[in-house]
Amino acid sequence: MSEGRVALVTGGSRGIGLATARRLQRDGCRVAVTWRSAPPAPLEGPAGSEPLLPVSCDVTSPEQVEAAFKETEERLGNVEILVCSAGITDDTLLLRMSEDSWSAVIETNLTATYRTCKRASQKMLRARYGRIVLISSVVGLLGSAGQTNYAASKAGLVGFGRSLARELAGRNITVNVVAPGVVSTDMTAVLGAERLSALTSAVPLQRAAEPEEVAGAVAWLVSEEAGYVTGAVIPVDGGLGMGH
Amino acid sequence: MTRVDNEAAFEKFKECAVEVLQVPAEKITPAASFAGDLEADSLEVVELVMALEEAFDITVEESELEGVETIGQAFELVTSKL
Repeated sequence: MSEGRVALVTGGSRGIGLATARRLQRDGCRVAVTWRSAPPAPLEGPAGSEPLLPVSCDVTSPEQVEAAFKETEERLGNVEILVCSAGITDDTLLLRMSEDSWSAVIETNLTATYRTCKRASQKMLRARYGRIVLISSVVGLLGSAGQTNYAASKAGLVGFGRSLARELAGRNITVNVVAPGVVSTDMTAVLGAERLSALTSAVPLQRAAEPEEVAGAVAWLVSEEAGYVTGAVIPVDGGLGMGH
Repeated sequence: MTRVDNEAAFEKFKECAVEVLQVPAEKITPAASFAGDLEADSLEVVELVMALEEAFDITVEESELEGVETIGQAFELVTSKL
């Protein structure tokens, strides 16, 4: 449990981000979520929990990230828990991949994570407390045809997260990475039933994960009892990436 | 800068250093070295620089920090920007 802590979840309006925001809300956190396409609804959680604070923010904009932190700090307090979940895909084979497609995915998935972590760690350093979780992907280490940009960005999060874990460890700030496999979200829904079933047939557990199952791992990593875990990459992939 | 201004600036500098480095004020002398006398690691030095940037409303470039190893050198860097 992470009761009373202030959490910021990027990409919190749907998918893994939303499930994580709701889980932290249920665990008693005061949760802000950044959204780009549509704010999460409803904002209310179970009785006794605080409503989610929706913050409009395109994480690729340094100004909007700064404004999102300012708003969260004013309304809820300094961010103690940061979950970087904002991410996009733009799949195609390398030979067909444009510079724009490459850059957009790296910018949103990796560079924006640098930006939000940098901003959050300033206050965490002073507080001598912090929990950062980056949402990577099984494909970061496994590879995935048609996803060179996405896989590179997600593998980048592992190196980034572990380096940051070392930088901040002396200040009671942990940085961990969660690597989900196939998860039932809007991001995988676009793949279509056939491709999705082909993907899940390769999963030892023979099914896709629900976003809540990924959120459970995040909730544990940001809890008090995970205080000795840092620089870890936790797979939540039904066994798909075993051995990596 | 007059002597009085300089002393006032050093007092402000000292306040930042005491708060960030968590050391007694008397240890903040011009000759004190960050790594040796103050046992400050690289992250604490960066935190101090950020606190000084805020307190004095200045900007310090990464390259300017090279060779800055003592309180005196850091203070000189700050006052050169005022």
